Amino acid sequence: MDTVLYLAHTQSDETLSKGALEALTAAKELTAQLGSANLVVAILGGDVQTAADSVADCGASKFLGVSGEAFAQSRYATDAAAIEALCRTAQPAIVLCGSSSRFNRVLPGVASRLGGCADLHATEVKADGGSTSITRWYYRQRIRAAQVRDKRPWFVALETGSDAPWITAGGKAAVESVPVALPESSLRTTVEGLQKPPGQTQTIRPDADLLYVAGAGWTKKQADGEAHIQDAESIILDFLGKTQASLGGSKSLVDISGTGQAVLSFMTHLNQIGQTGAIPRHPKGLSTCCHGEEPHAVGWRFIHERRAINLDANCGWAHGKADVLYVADAFEVMRKVNALLEKS
Amino acid sequence: MGFHIVVCAGIVPDPLQTLEPITGPQGPALKNEMMLPAVLDPWAKHALFEAAHLAAKTPDSKVWLVSMAPKTKLQQVMMSIAQKASFELVALDGPASGFTDSQAVAEALAAAINAISGLDRKRLLVFGGWESASRGAGATLQIVGERLGIVEQFQGVDELSVTASGSLRILERVEGGMHQISHCDGPPAVLGWATGSLPEPPNNPQVGMANMRTLMPALQKATAAGVAVDGKSFTSVEVPKQRRDTRIVKDASTDDIAREIMEWIKG
Repeated sequence: MDTVLYLAHTQSDETLSKGALEALTAAKELTAQLGSANLVVAILGGDVQTAADSVADCGASKFLGVSGEAFAQSRYATDAAAIEALCRTAQPAIVLCGSSSRFNRVLPGVASRLGGCADLHATEVKADGGSTSITRWYYRQRIRAAQVRDKRPWFVALETGSDAPWITAGGKAAVESVPVALPESSLRTTVEGLQKPPGQTQTIRPDADLLYVAGAGWTKKQADGEAHIQDAESIILDFLGKTQASLGGSKSLVDISGTGQAVLSFMTHLNQIGQTGAIPRHPKGLSTCCHGEEPHAVGWRFIHERRAINLDANCGWAHGKADVLYVADAFEVMRKVNALLEKS
Repeated sequence: MGFHIVVCAGIVPDPLQTLEPITGPQGPALKNEMMLPAVLDPWAKHALFEAAHLAAKTPDSKVWLVSMAPKTKLQQVMMSIAQKASFELVALDGPASGFTDSQAVAEALAAAINAISGLDRKRLLVFGGWESASRGAGATLQIVGERLGIVEQFQGVDELSVTASGSLRILERVEGGMHQISHCDGPPAVLGWATGSLPEPPNNPQVGMANMRTLMPALQKATAAGVAVDGKSFTSVEVPKQRRDTRIVKDASTDDIAREIMEWIKG
């Protein structure tokens, strides 16, 4: 009987992330599709009991845990040792987890160590006739491929937004603690903490309902022949504050900021979406002052409902990609949207 | 003591090119792949610039660029990239396709790194992009690290600084636009770079001339790298059709547009 190992790590508050719960949904479905497989839950973190209890009713045959101070931090050496120990205990065929910076850093290395294989950034995992396959994208989200692998264990990290989060009533999980022998050399790296973008407003919100995309048009000369960057900043930040939307930037806008020109002060490479940026997943997306053809528009790929505001009725960013294109001045429209939001 | 920095960088089709998948004798491939203009992988290019910058300000340092691609494509890309940063090329004549498996590519890269003459493993920093613009696996560098026995690994790196004591202070991208700050007591380490913090350097003919002395011999002696399929197969490879029927709203007042957007956001 094959084992599907659902792998998760705790967040700083000892809970599981939304992405982790989405992966649990996928793991349960995969286990059911495989028929005779059994589901095992494995969690690592500083203290895993709270997280294990929160998914106690998921139908897993066993709960494994690696906990302790060394595992509270996201660090390759200790995470690799922990996941290796969990896998050697569970002997899984498939290891399924939600994509996270912590797991993305370590899974390929652990898979190689165990003689297996790993696929990060999967958007679907399923089994048909006993054969497991995944879907993932190549060439910066431009080509979609379904693939199978013979090697086991097969680690699959599922992108957030690919499945619905597992809704749980919780309970009490009996967690079997898996010992991990950590050589002293595994603590050569220490984690100091997290740093927000320097001096900037927090504008990236992966769980937001709306992605707001700003293009280079915000920094260009307007109808009066002048650029109005401070106005643009004020309008965009006002909108983000009122809607709690996440901010994305087009490559051209972010690149301008790299050349030292006066641009939106809060826009960094971290905001960039598209081929060489992030591929965020949000239910809705509103693009303003963006333009460009297909290769630049891949940042839209996983946004379900898309609208755009642009002065160019033939805008390549929007045509065939947005549901609605408003041919209008984004400065004027967004000011009025902000006023309406204020009233509401 | 300086660093020995090995940058792993593939080459990819120019991002502005239209890509069409086909089925070739070895599995999926791109239509006219050998004809497509190629560039150094964007994130790996950042890694190279960061490596050159670090080496320039750290005496007794050296940069190697390990790259696997068809020899003719490598030569084409190296002619331009050699103008921007000092490095010694280690060329592998092999596929550059995104459909090759990261495990197999990593094995070839690790073997090439192991074969570099004079490489001091105690001073070794392995750089690369945190994922490629072709395979997008985000896996190759970690496997290279494992093969080299390096467990100090960092991905999505935007900043590396060396402290007075010689330890490394590293900023890695994590969720929510944040960076994780880590301190590593020194090399060896693997760093998969995101955008980094340096602009692309201008072309420097002197750097280009210096690089050329080693580039051509390296290309001439590039060994054929075997990349095994290793149990991975594709059941479908396609460019999904995602064309939407865009409703163009041309003559509405800004008040009406704002109201419609407001209702959509709240709906």
